[in-house]
Amino acid sequence: MFKYFEPNKIFSVTSKAPKYVLLLFIITLSIGLTEALIISPEDYKQSHSVRIMYVHVPAAWISLSIFSSLTFLSIIGFILKNRNLFLIAKSLAPSGFVFNIIALVTGAIWGKPTWGTWWAWDARITSMLILALFYAMYLLAWRIYENKQSIFKITLIIVILGIVNVPIVKYSVDWWNTLHQPASINILSKSSIHSSMLFPLMIMTAAFALFSLLIFLMKYNTELIKIKNKGLDRL
Amino acid sequence: MNNEILLMNGYGIYVWSAFIFTFISFTFLYVVIKTQYLKERRKFIAKFGTLNAKRAAFAKSNSINKEILSNTSII
Repeated sequence: MFKYFEPNKIFSVTSKAPKYVLLLFIITLSIGLTEALIISPEDYKQSHSVRIMYVHVPAAWISLSIFSSLTFLSIIGFILKNRNLFLIAKSLAPSGFVFNIIALVTGAIWGKPTWGTWWAWDARITSMLILALFYAMYLLAWRIYENKQSIFKITLIIVILGIVNVPIVKYSVDWWNTLHQPASINILSKSSIHSSMLFPLMIMTAAFALFSLLIFLMKYNTELIKIKNKGLDRL
Repeated sequence: MNNEILLMNGYGIYVWSAFIFTFISFTFLYVVIKTQYLKERRKFIAKFGTLNAKRAAFAKSNSINKEILSNTSII
């Protein structure tokens, strides 16, 4: 099965894919922005400030999913002794970190008109900040120890410690009395969000997912070229 | 209509700053990653151009796949 995941074969696809992903991202984002800023209705309680949800929620979802993927890829990569899975994880991390920062900053902007404060040491917000610190540690570890043999173990330890925080982020609003509202969208039970708001939210999530795919492809190509360069140095 | 989209009942400053921050972050990340990619690509082209015919042929036959697999033991 792994022959289909050989870097040479992957590179032939990933080097061509970014331009198509960029085009698809621009189209999806244009539809999403029109829906989020113009077509979707204002909330009866929060008025127009609810529109911040269309950037805040997708950013938080994607940053959590990317961190879970980093952990999964690092563990499998370590078990199978496959360096390529670590490279995929490394290429996913920058967009995960940026989405985490976007979720924190847009959350703070949303907090001011809704709660009357930019920041509160609430369980959800604090656990998201801790997740950002784990992302920062992961990226710094790659920068500092990239050429050392211990890099795989160091990044694996960081993601294993960090993944403990992911269910805390997810369930903090249910476990503790927090300022942050509980989840409005539930896969297993009925969502409390109206379809006129759910649709733009899904479109914006798709646009953000396409952007993280675009960044991943570009970063992964860079990593593969770096390896080629190291190979040429040895000639 | 235009004013309503901009002002949003007084919430415009919050909504627009959240969207603008998001897209500045997107642009920043895209530019950083693209610059890294172009830098490595330029390095590769420069290095490959300095190789003599024999070494270039060897480099071509040496797939990046082998490069990656040759390092798996360091995990």
